[in-house]
Amino acid sequence: MAAVVIGGLLGPAIVVALAVLLPATLAGVLLRLMRTALLFALPLAGSAFVVNLFFFPEGRTVLFAIGPVTATAEGLSFALEILVRILAIGGAITLFYLTTPPATFVVDLERRGISPRLAFVANASVQTVPALVERAGQITAAQRARGLDTEGSAWKRIRGVLPIVAPVILGSIAEVEERTMALEARGFTRPGRRSLLWAPADSGRQRAARWLLLLAVIGLVVARLTGWWA
Amino acid sequence: MTLSLRGVGYRYAGAERPALLDVDLDLGDGEVVGIAGASEAGKTTLCLVVAGIAPRTVGGRIRGTISLDGERIDAWPIHRLGERIGIGFQNPASQLSQVAGTVFEEVAFGPMNLGIAREEIVERSWTALEALRIDALAERDPVRLSGGQQQLVAIAGLLAMRPAHLVLDEPTAQLDPAGTRLVADAIGRLAADGASILVAEQKTDLLATITSRMVVLESGRIALAGRSAEVLADPRLAELGVAEPSAVRLRRLATAAGLDPAPLEEAVGA
Repeated sequence: MAAVVIGGLLGPAIVVALAVLLPATLAGVLLRLMRTALLFALPLAGSAFVVNLFFFPEGRTVLFAIGPVTATAEGLSFALEILVRILAIGGAITLFYLTTPPATFVVDLERRGISPRLAFVANASVQTVPALVERAGQITAAQRARGLDTEGSAWKRIRGVLPIVAPVILGSIAEVEERTMALEARGFTRPGRRSLLWAPADSGRQRAARWLLLLAVIGLVVARLTGWWA
Repeated sequence: MTLSLRGVGYRYAGAERPALLDVDLDLGDGEVVGIAGASEAGKTTLCLVVAGIAPRTVGGRIRGTISLDGERIDAWPIHRLGERIGIGFQNPASQLSQVAGTVFEEVAFGPMNLGIAREEIVERSWTALEALRIDALAERDPVRLSGGQQQLVAIAGLLAMRPAHLVLDEPTAQLDPAGTRLVADAIGRLAADGASILVAEQKTDLLATITSRMVVLESGRIALAGRSAEVLADPRLAELGVAEPSAVRLRRLATAAGLDPAPLEEAVGA
């Protein structure tokens, strides 16, 4: 958020370096972060860059022209600002995803008072993905054994998707009823708070750092709004 | 604690005819009662009704009375009933909560929902895992286990709720022979340790081993009831769509061939 609030190019770049790249290096996930964040942010960042470079309304200084469109220096400057902000947002989300197991995140939310049902939905949604992938693999193998052609031309591959996707979805829906019954029988719908087996570590230093970051962002917003930081 | 059904009938929402009719059944402390019957005879429905899932979760209309030690439980909410009567289903995978990263957390899921103290959750979970002899799996990912192991984890999750009665709906139906043996052995041990279990099964060899009493359902009615040895030797069993146990078949074939079945039964341990 700080990267969005701070204007210009250098400020957000420093924020990215300090708040994303440095923690990622310390956590040993820098390469994975760069790969994932680029894949995640590149389509949006690329299109935003191109649009601003060529179609920035206040662009006056022409850098070069491609047919009817011209790239301007003002557009390039703004495009770079947008680019670094998108990379900051993408990098921060990716860093969170790479360093926080979903179960830990959900347990912490539940500890802080979020509804157990909401926490369950959030957690189950993430945990269901590997099960769905495994089911899809089994169904693909079964359909292939019955002659479904899932290789070859693009059209053949597209035609092969429906006989796989439909049983995956229908099978999951059929399982929902039994799962609902099993959850209810295990007291899931009981009103009141659940007990938690464990809670993620949350040291005084971590809490202090969170408050400090929040205050810093509020300070930045106030500084921008009051014109103290142009 | 005795679970009693008197004149219980049940009809699914929108169904033309009832799935259960005039069922009388008792399940006392430490008793293992079997339910057999052809497909669609009402075995699963009876399990759902006994555990309170029907009609609370699946809808439909129920008649008759269900009581625990004389107290009617018709109006109990499902979570309260879950502490007294645990139910396990056919498909082991669909019984997993999907939010537990380890078998231990999966087993602890039910007690956690009860809001009890952490120490008690831990104690209950270990006791349930040890009762089924799967404590060595505690740190494993439940999704990565075999079907038989997953079924044991699901049953351990029920045991951790400390119910007075356990209802198992064809717990070995979707398992391979190895998984079936694993679950059957575990149910046998629970039964020997004094658990009260109502178990619906197609596998009459398993019912012959673990149950003391049995009912056979036909179109939602109890067609046969009594001591398991007598019910499983009843000549009407085949008409009711229930396969006779190996020992009964062996005896019948030996007798038909003019042989004395006793030495054969002794040889195969029947």
